[in-house]
Amino acid sequence: MNRHVIVDGARRPVSAGCADVPAPADARATERSGPVVRTERGQREVFCGLTGIIWMHRKIQDAFFLIVGSRTCAHLMQSAAGVMIFAEPRFATAIIEERDLAGLADANEELDACVERLLARRPDIKMLFLVGSCPSEVIKLDLSRASQRLSARFLPDVRVLSYSGSGIETTFTQGEDACLASLVPSLPRAEPAARELLVVGALADVVEDQFARIFEALGIPARFLPMRRANALPAVGEGTCLLLAQPFLADTARALEDRGAQPLCAPFPLGIEGTTAWLKAAADAFDVDPDLFARVVAPMEARGRAAVARDRARLEGKRIFFFPDSQLEVPIARFLHRELGMELVEIGTPYLHARHMAEELALLPDGVAIVEGQHVDRQLDRCRAAAPDITVCGLGLANPLEAEGLATKWSIELLFTPIHGYDQAADLSGLFVRPLLRRAKLKV
Amino acid sequence: MKLTVWTYEAPPHVGAMRIATAMEGVHYVLHAPQGDTYADLLFTMIERRDQRPPVTYTTFQARDLGADTAEIFKEAAREAYERFEPDLMLVGASCTAELIQDDPGGLARALNLPIPVVPLELPSYQRKENWGAAETFLQLVRALARPRTAPRAEGEAPSCNILGPTALGFRHRDDLDEIHRLLVRMGLRVNVVAPLGARAHDIARLGEADFNVVLYPEIAGSAARHLERACRQPFTKTVPIGVNATREFIAEIGALAGIDVSDVLAEGAGRLPWWSRSVDSNYLTGKRVFVFGDATHAIAAARVAAEELCFEVVGLGTYSRELAREVREAAGRLGLEALITDDHLEVEDAIAAAAPELVLGTQMERHIAKRLGIACAVISAPVHVQDFPARYSPQMGFEGANVLFDTFVHPLVMGLEEHLLSMFRDDFEFNDAAVPSHLASEHAAPRREAAPATPPAEPIVVAPPAAASTETDASASPAWTAEAEKELLKIPFFVRGKARRNTERFAHERGVASITLETIYDAKAHFSR
Repeated sequence: MNRHVIVDGARRPVSAGCADVPAPADARATERSGPVVRTERGQREVFCGLTGIIWMHRKIQDAFFLIVGSRTCAHLMQSAAGVMIFAEPRFATAIIEERDLAGLADANEELDACVERLLARRPDIKMLFLVGSCPSEVIKLDLSRASQRLSARFLPDVRVLSYSGSGIETTFTQGEDACLASLVPSLPRAEPAARELLVVGALADVVEDQFARIFEALGIPARFLPMRRANALPAVGEGTCLLLAQPFLADTARALEDRGAQPLCAPFPLGIEGTTAWLKAAADAFDVDPDLFARVVAPMEARGRAAVARDRARLEGKRIFFFPDSQLEVPIARFLHRELGMELVEIGTPYLHARHMAEELALLPDGVAIVEGQHVDRQLDRCRAAAPDITVCGLGLANPLEAEGLATKWSIELLFTPIHGYDQAADLSGLFVRPLLRRAKLKV
Repeated sequence: MKLTVWTYEAPPHVGAMRIATAMEGVHYVLHAPQGDTYADLLFTMIERRDQRPPVTYTTFQARDLGADTAEIFKEAAREAYERFEPDLMLVGASCTAELIQDDPGGLARALNLPIPVVPLELPSYQRKENWGAAETFLQLVRALARPRTAPRAEGEAPSCNILGPTALGFRHRDDLDEIHRLLVRMGLRVNVVAPLGARAHDIARLGEADFNVVLYPEIAGSAARHLERACRQPFTKTVPIGVNATREFIAEIGALAGIDVSDVLAEGAGRLPWWSRSVDSNYLTGKRVFVFGDATHAIAAARVAAEELCFEVVGLGTYSRELAREVREAAGRLGLEALITDDHLEVEDAIAAAAPELVLGTQMERHIAKRLGIACAVISAPVHVQDFPARYSPQMGFEGANVLFDTFVHPLVMGLEEHLLSMFRDDFEFNDAAVPSHLASEHAAPRREAAPATPPAEPIVVAPPAAASTETDASASPAWTAEAEKELLKIPFFVRGKARRNTERFAHERGVASITLETIYDAKAHFSR
């Protein structure tokens, strides 16, 4: 494995990336072999897309998510949402019962009655997502027809949309992708001449505000998807530049590109290097003066880099192993490797979108193992054999691995903690420092 | 379809996981879509287990649907056998796999594994977690347990099995410890504990015991009834939660085992009886309590509350439909109608209507009580991680009764403390504006207006707008005379609101337009009866 670590972006090794990945814009040499990507099949220890509802309903403040599913779906949401469930959350499950399975016509009537009851109770709701689950997909309950039927009935007060968050179709963060993709047809058409940046992917409000201020300082007109209110849909058209803030948005990106949006290629805004490159992609697309760009980002870069540097002493040389979870694994691994000097043992990811990940892969060292998909038992064998210093995994694996003597960082926190942008880079590295620090300090 | 945010119980395959995870050398192969592995974290996080539950999921995806899924199941079962080398395998389907109608039992049989394979039929769209646990345990017992061949040897101690404790059970770990010790103290031999810690060969020798001790009827009831028929083993009907129930349990064991238990009964019954008799507990008398949980814990808590703490039980209910009859009977004995529901909104309405001073319930009732500003203690699953404590904290036996006393009383003591603190906040000496007393003489800072001789000048409560109109308005609250208002302020603040409401209701019902000093005391006499 290539163990050299070069943080300075200007001197970084360049690469043609993986064989199936188009070369990034700045590739100049081909002596690198890039990461080694392979796929694996077997038992997947992952969440389904329904869990995306937990952060999406916080983001779109007047939307409600109605899962059409089983008691298992309701129980999953309850287990994943923790105490949030007691705060009148804007999601619920219409639990399919024995009699709904008898005939489909009946199921549709039952669903309409559920929606009616729900909207009567919650008049503040402006957007309702019917969210498909494994059971509703298998019995072929047509939620897109149901959403059209219900939209016709409740518009203009409530727009009813549908998507699938089922485990058979989506893994964890892909639920957000499916949700946002379902929104795309509703977006108003932008004037072809209107040049606007569309940043796609749910970010913590604090992070979104930081980015909005930066884009404003750069003179770039920027909108965000998802929007915070249902009636504030951003427009899309040929003049729209599409910048993904999250790596798991393949279907949304395709739907936006189908409506004319021009995709920008960039690494994801994780870490100082990633954030600068991501902003630069937008700045270049909008012909921002390089001096202005440097003036705007340099102080934030410096502040962020100084904060991250404090964690470097604790993480440098430490070996890290990622189990697949959110698709954030590759960009986070890139950050930890290049800016904190960690050594990458294996990077598991549920899916690897070749085009969206190309810029990231180019920044990874030669020979690093990327595994798409999962066979959890074999992966556990590899993890134990490698004995990494820290293992990133879900809550079903974390305590058992700790009991075996491996330090772990539970991965779902990477979704619920603000980690994007300059001022969160040290929070992100801090998430990996804490378990190691704790192990070092514990005297029992 | 049923609109749901919170569910008291998980689907039935999680009940099966609780059995598999409780046992040793058992592996459960579950035909389930990607995502159903979320259930693992109930065990690794809430119960803090240091191993993964022994469950292999097929985690099929959309692209696998069609003929492929049966093959995926077979491969998963074969691999699980080779990797984990279990003594016994459970196979079954989760809710989605139930719909695609592969037959896990038949598929597993076709593999010809050299171990027993028990297929589970768990109807996910009708049944729930506890039923799933009970059914799984029943199927295991049915498949493996055989009647004993030889009678108990002369001179050998009578023996029993302890049935019911599982993984993810509320205080099962410590209940088992407490009752196990009690049974040994009584001179009994414990043949097998199941499912917690049992292996397949232990289930096979269940029949060798003289009788069964059923700790949790929700889980072990059907297996115990099967053993009664198949192995002629009687089983205990009393759940030993609370002092009285524990004493009855000891007597019941004595009768079943044919042994003298007077020694054990004479040893005393823990600290609850004296704690409850001590004068400090006087104020507990007649405290209104609402009880909700699984059937076993709700029935037991209501009895402890009424008999052993002198609370007044004002509501009793359960989400366990399987044991609704038993809860109705228990409620009937308390002069109540049981609330049988799995809809937390109904429970919330019932609690609000009963206006209790203490709620004993699940995690959900804890949050309802918090919202309503009522004291609460947790007595039943579902519970969060804090109710799988590190310290020893059984619910059963005499130590369990000690734990119950502390658990039920603690939030009330806290409640009283809170009242006292806020009462003193308004007190002339303790209010925010008052200077420390040792500085008062030399410090000329103005003290609050209220003179020590009279109660603090509380702003006169403005009557609701409706009442401000005329006395002829029948729905209006009666007006308070200044003298009566002043008298009201002499009543301790924490019962003042109640006194005001009672007096107004009394005046309203009698058409008294103006509340005088006399009205207050008339009302007081009327309501105290």
